[in-house]
Amino acid sequence: MNISDPSETFRQEARELLDQLEAGLLDLEQDPSNNDLINSTFRALHTIKGSGAMFGFTAVAEFVHEFETAFDRVRKGQSAANKALIGVALDAKDHIHLLIENPDAPIDGGASILSELRVIVEEGAIDEDGEPVHAAPVAVAAPVAPVVAEAPKPAENGAKVWRLTFYLPSDALIYGTNPELLLGELAGIGPTSVLALSDRVPTLDVIDPETSYLGWQVDITTSEDPTAAIDDVFLFLRDNMELTLAPLGGADTPVAVAEAVQAASDDAMPEAPFVPEPVAKVEEAPAAKAAAPKRKPAEKAEAEKPAATSLRVPAERLDELMDRVGELVIAQARLSQIATQSSDGALKTIAEELERLSSGLRDTTMGIRMVPIGSIFSRFRRLVHDLSNDLGKPIEFITTGEETELDKTMIERLADPLVHLIRNSVDHGLESAEKRIAAGKSPTGTVRLSAVYSGAEVAISVIDDGAGLNHDRIRAKAEENGLIAPDAKLTDQELNHLIFAPGFSTANEVTALSGRGVGMDVVKRTIDGLRGTIDVSTTPGKGSVFTLRLPLTLAIIDGMLVRVGNGRYTIPLAAVEECVELPEGIEANSKGRNFLDIRGALVPYLRLREVFGLKGEADAHQKVVIVSSGEGRVGLVVDQIIGNNQAVIKQLSKLHSGIKSFSGATILGDGEVALILDTAHLVASGQSYVDRNLGRAA
Amino acid sequence: MSDTKGYMTALTIRLEDELFAVEASRVREILDLVPITEVPSARAFVGGLINVRGRVVPLADLRVMFGMERPAPDQDTRIVVMEVDIDGEPTIAGILADKVHDVTDIESASIEEAPKVGMRWRPEFVKGIGKRNGGFIIIPDMERIFETPGGRSASAAASEERPAA
Repeated sequence: MNISDPSETFRQEARELLDQLEAGLLDLEQDPSNNDLINSTFRALHTIKGSGAMFGFTAVAEFVHEFETAFDRVRKGQSAANKALIGVALDAKDHIHLLIENPDAPIDGGASILSELRVIVEEGAIDEDGEPVHAAPVAVAAPVAPVVAEAPKPAENGAKVWRLTFYLPSDALIYGTNPELLLGELAGIGPTSVLALSDRVPTLDVIDPETSYLGWQVDITTSEDPTAAIDDVFLFLRDNMELTLAPLGGADTPVAVAEAVQAASDDAMPEAPFVPEPVAKVEEAPAAKAAAPKRKPAEKAEAEKPAATSLRVPAERLDELMDRVGELVIAQARLSQIATQSSDGALKTIAEELERLSSGLRDTTMGIRMVPIGSIFSRFRRLVHDLSNDLGKPIEFITTGEETELDKTMIERLADPLVHLIRNSVDHGLESAEKRIAAGKSPTGTVRLSAVYSGAEVAISVIDDGAGLNHDRIRAKAEENGLIAPDAKLTDQELNHLIFAPGFSTANEVTALSGRGVGMDVVKRTIDGLRGTIDVSTTPGKGSVFTLRLPLTLAIIDGMLVRVGNGRYTIPLAAVEECVELPEGIEANSKGRNFLDIRGALVPYLRLREVFGLKGEADAHQKVVIVSSGEGRVGLVVDQIIGNNQAVIKQLSKLHSGIKSFSGATILGDGEVALILDTAHLVASGQSYVDRNLGRAA
Repeated sequence: MSDTKGYMTALTIRLEDELFAVEASRVREILDLVPITEVPSARAFVGGLINVRGRVVPLADLRVMFGMERPAPDQDTRIVVMEVDIDGEPTIAGILADKVHDVTDIESASIEEAPKVGMRWRPEFVKGIGKRNGGFIIIPDMERIFETPGGRSASAAASEERPAA
């Protein structure tokens, strides 16, 4: 990604705007009379058009212009945002996406989408009772709230003269603005008479030929309120220019604003400071003034404000920063170790200071990389919307916890597994409407996507209220595929997990939706790769829950350092529940079964010494670290608990990646390498041990 | 091996009492012995990890693959950090050497193919045998050694080979 390539910048921004557009359209489907939604959707469209034209994406600009024209009727309350309209609008959005990604390729379909759009808009037209167009929003009670209600109404119905006075920003010419074109566009609004204002032109000796000194006074004759149209003309200049607009001879209140009504980057585009959106702002201003007094100071803060609130940084730089911080943490750990062994007070002080600073820096850096998971949730709404249409299953899709933050790379890699899980829930989980009614359920199925923090993990669940997993069919399929022996005794949990086995598919009915090459085994592998776990629980007839548990970050974890034999190992602290002493003489009592009684619950334990095949005598007083992963718990018997450490995770090379007990390695304060235990794997092997033993005991 | 130059620039190291040559261009650095972290249940050939300037690097012991004795390290023991291709991916790995000698040019002409019989180690691990000062230098086939699937259970293989050595 080359950040200095302007068309790439446009593309990036357009992608965000398209996401916004899509989210807006989907929201609008739920809430068709929501005026804010209509406006924000319109604004997104408008910005795409404007910047598209600016960066030479003519096809995009032309298409969006038509789209916008049709949609404008919705905005003006002349047409309802019904389901059909949203459907076509979504197609149109996809088309824009194609146009933006492949600017040079000829892409068909645009014309048919547009004509469809026009037809729907005409059909959906709302009876206006002969009201004049500009008054429509006021007169029509629903669905549009009176946004432009406070715009001055013309005293009489005829044409009116508006006086527009403007001075371009002084650097406008340097950035390629052509005043002649602007005047041309103004002339498009209505008959104009133009007067150039030369009062600010300095004397010849100080004149800078590249600076714009001229102002213009333009009298426009039009029957409508030209505010919005004029804002369109100055879309990219409004930040820094002076502009006044007032009707001549009518009420003398100036409508639009001297200086920019620079409403900061508040609602619509918090992450896109590049293009300000003054368009609808002017319209909103009167209505919003009471509700949002925060905008007033923004007028003074001027144009710098949006630039200061967010900043685009290439992802690689963040990765690099994280690497550096990782190295700093290691170096700092070494310093701390030396300081504890030293008697030099000054050294100790600075080591402590540095420890505090570096852990702060670590947290800040990781914070920078945190992205709310809502950024991918929105694309699932579209997925469910489309699936619902394709399969003819009415579906309600509910998302919660969009604000939950996860490491950026994690979120990117989560998208595919989540798509698959949702697809799976909709396709295989939810029954058809008829079956649901027969089962006494609401015909509309529900799919929930939720994200919550749980300790140092994030739990993401895909919940459906469908038929649940069919254990008999899973068993039959697994036997057929040779995954299990025909008479194998399996717990429900084990049966549930069979669907993640490679080569397993219950796709008796291969639908158009399954078979994108991503199987449940790929989901599992991806989640494993993120050091996460996946749980399934299901209630026949009631639905299934797929829960992904993921660490917040891939780069640095808090660890508990333990010693087994001569080796030191790090256990991710997030997984540690408690530490207990291994009761002496437990061997004698347990009759060969390795269970601990933790407040009444039987917890299996693994002797890491045996797991690792270490020689030598165990320490006299062994400790048990109880770790959990998902539902399961297991005790890990170690010789000594050394303490806590910050572990910068280093991946193991291919030579060691096959060893399941370890998820990576880290470098300790004294420069030695310690392996990081893969608790999920250890818990799983401990759990299978429980199942085997309890199964036999029962 | 650079046939175009007519010689191979190699770092010579000693394992047990044999001289080995590794391509000098692959060698990153030579370290004194550092603390080695044992990796439980890894094959003996790559049973350790070391810290090389903040990187966690696997440590390989060629002596396992050549069925040699593995005496405890002494003051001559070094770690040669070098680049090897593992399944086509360049990977940094350390190899243990009982002693590091020097960098030398070995005449390509003097390098012979490993004899199929009469060697005490497996011929597929030997790329060739060079001669210098009347002695032999073994040029190991690093790629094959690191990739060989037999090596994946090398602890078993090594214990089988050891009596034969």
